[in-house]
Amino acid sequence: MELTGADIVVRCLQDEGIEYIFGYPGGAALHIYDALYTQEKVKHILVRHEQAAAHAADGYARATGKPGVVLVTSGPGVTNAVTGIATAYMDSIPMVVISGQVPTHLIGDDAFQEVDAVGITRPCVKHNFLVKDVKDLASTIKKAFYVATTGRPGPVLVDVPKDITAHKTEYIYPKSVAMRSYAPVSKGHPKQVKRALEILLSAKRPMIYTGGGIIMAEAQSELRELVRTLGYPCTNTLMGLGSYPADDPMFLGMLGMHGTYEANMAMHDCDVMLAIGARFDDRITGDLAKFSPYSKIIHVDVDPSSIGKNVRVDVPIVGDAKSVVTELLNQMKAADRKPDEAALKKWWKQIEEWRSIKSLEYDRTSELIKPQFVLEKLHEVTAGDAYVTSDVGQHQMWAAQYYGFNQPRRWINSGGLGTMGFGLPAAMGVQLAFPDSPVVCVTGEASIIMCIQELSTCRQYDLPIKIVNLNNRYMGMVRQWQEFFYDRRYSHSYMDALPDFEALAKAFGHSGMRIEKPGDVEGALREALAMKDRLVFMDFITDQTENVYPMIAAGSGHNQMHLHPGTGEPPEERELA
Amino acid sequence: MRHIISILLENEAGALSRVAGLFSARGYNIESLTVAPTDDRTLSRMTIVTRGSEQIIEQIVKQLNKLVDVVKLQDLTEGAHIERELMLVKVKAVDAFREEVKRLVDIFRGRIIDVTDSTYTLELTGTVEKLDAFVKALEVTDIIEVVRSGVTGIARGDRALTI
Ligand SMILES: Cc1ncc(C[n+]2csc(CCOP(=O)(O)OP(=O)(O)O)c2C)c(N)n1
Repeated sequence: MELTGADIVVRCLQDEGIEYIFGYPGGAALHIYDALYTQEKVKHILVRHEQAAAHAADGYARATGKPGVVLVTSGPGVTNAVTGIATAYMDSIPMVVISGQVPTHLIGDDAFQEVDAVGITRPCVKHNFLVKDVKDLASTIKKAFYVATTGRPGPVLVDVPKDITAHKTEYIYPKSVAMRSYAPVSKGHPKQVKRALEILLSAKRPMIYTGGGIIMAEAQSELRELVRTLGYPCTNTLMGLGSYPADDPMFLGMLGMHGTYEANMAMHDCDVMLAIGARFDDRITGDLAKFSPYSKIIHVDVDPSSIGKNVRVDVPIVGDAKSVVTELLNQMKAADRKPDEAALKKWWKQIEEWRSIKSLEYDRTSELIKPQFVLEKLHEVTAGDAYVTSDVGQHQMWAAQYYGFNQPRRWINSGGLGTMGFGLPAAMGVQLAFPDSPVVCVTGEASIIMCIQELSTCRQYDLPIKIVNLNNRYMGMVRQWQEFFYDRRYSHSYMDALPDFEALAKAFGHSGMRIEKPGDVEGALREALAMKDRLVFMDFITDQTENVYPMIAAGSGHNQMHLHPGTGEPPEERELA
Repeated sequence: MRHIISILLENEAGALSRVAGLFSARGYNIESLTVAPTDDRTLSRMTIVTRGSEQIIEQIVKQLNKLVDVVKLQDLTEGAHIERELMLVKVKAVDAFREEVKRLVDIFRGRIIDVTDSTYTLELTGTVEKLDAFVKALEVTDIIEVVRSGVTGIARGDRALTI
């Protein structure tokens, strides 16, 4: 039977097993919306702004590992979605965006609501397509899912002109795709793995540094086994949190600009570094000239272009993290060689010394609510098992530092692009995927306003998200930089004329709370999390002066951290263990 | 170092802008870029001349390979290869210069392909250096217009870029 292009789009989504799409209608997408109307298999979630559609699909993808799907109209529909697409692109999130386009004969005419969607999104998608013939529609959508979800994942946009959605053709959804120009690698080269193992086992001061790639590849158990078999310390990037349990003694915490003292010092002093699914981003390395001066580097990544991009690598291994770590473990068992126990003991002694300065300590006696305290309590109240999304700023770093993620896919944040406004819509996607799990959006009063309209979507679909607003009346992260680097000239970082968030939440049909005293924090969290049937907006009025520590200022090395003023003095001189 | 990278890419709308966009977005340098369909209608062949350190060239090659439209590529400069560029030049040719320019064209083994009372239009094929030298030699007279195709190239011997 022949189907219209619009019906084909919907059938493709059904056949791809898509349960939710996030979208917003408009002229060029109306045939597709009409096709959605007559079926129930694919559930459409109507957001209040297209940016949120992309973030929600993104949150869904991060939490489930399945591709997120977005449907927007042409012109402003697409341009609004761009921030969300770029966010997914920077963090390698599988996503398929279907955008309506003006009819084929009007393309290039500056028609009403026409933008060059393929051109505008080109630098922030893994790939994109403009469909020119209804006969190509199904195979293009299949390719889009294939490209988005394989290799290093990423967003793929399919631009569908309106006339194509009206044309008819026979519907066949291809079972598989072969693309001569796209063949992602999966298995690492065994010879390279062998070389890596030799270097790894000869290490005296080893360090395992892993990123989002472990989570993408679902390689958390393999990583755990590797770390425990070797007895080597492990650190995670912001994107990798949860891939190794935070409460394990082998875990040194997050590294990088706001990483722990022990993680950064160990990165600096190590003699062998095993990097898996991480990309040596500038927020991780600090000044490249001062980065890990003594180490031999083994770098495992599914994307060859990530290897050798920022730092020189001694052993490059292109491959999927799970398969490479498995191969590493197999070869290790077969080789029957052990790490250098004596050296390792010395190294751990050094690490424990660094750890003992407690770089994440903060003032627990304050009369004001300390944001760190809220996050520690949140961990306690949710038994460390909640899905936590965040926006961007100090609250994001505190959530990363203090929540303590023990499982992958629980920490959902915009690491690469750093998109304020991400947290709430991302939480919607997560909550839809896991309706019975606690989903908490940790945000700041500046960030939450950027997609506050989504409170309306949450009401429509009864999403019982818990919002933890760390309200310091400042764009805290901006204020912190101004305090440190601009002589306390707080230019435009004070949040004036803030709404009454409690009342605002209520106006959208939710519950709201305002918490002003440290003693009320735990009670409020317990009360809010017990309300499983509704969204609760918790407005925590926090200490305005608190800063995120440790901090590596731009241009500094890993061994040059600003520590919290209350922290014990770090050991001055040290010999390499 | 100067590198000549040959690329087979899907003959799709937008493929060229993906490559060009990659170079501008990542700040890579393009000295010249040529592109045309091949004997296989579904493929275009592109030749890019670029400069950069070994590390940059490695990144360029990896980033190009990552583009979904890129089917295959080869760094011609990694082995023996032949490179050619086509140039058309219009020069003023009056009085004694009519003979002088003709002589230069002979020396460089070019051709005069169009003539008026006061101008010649010349054609020359060769390496970049040869074309540069020819332009320099032509400075004896007035050069009105120079059109260069950009470099294309092919590997010597058995080495080939095919699918
Ligand atoms: C869309 C966007 N615009 C600007 C920025 C720059 N920026 C980074 S953090 C920040 C302040 C965030 O303030 P808030 O949400 O209150 O969080 P806090 O730092 O106070 O915890 C800003 C403006 C950004 N990351 N994203």
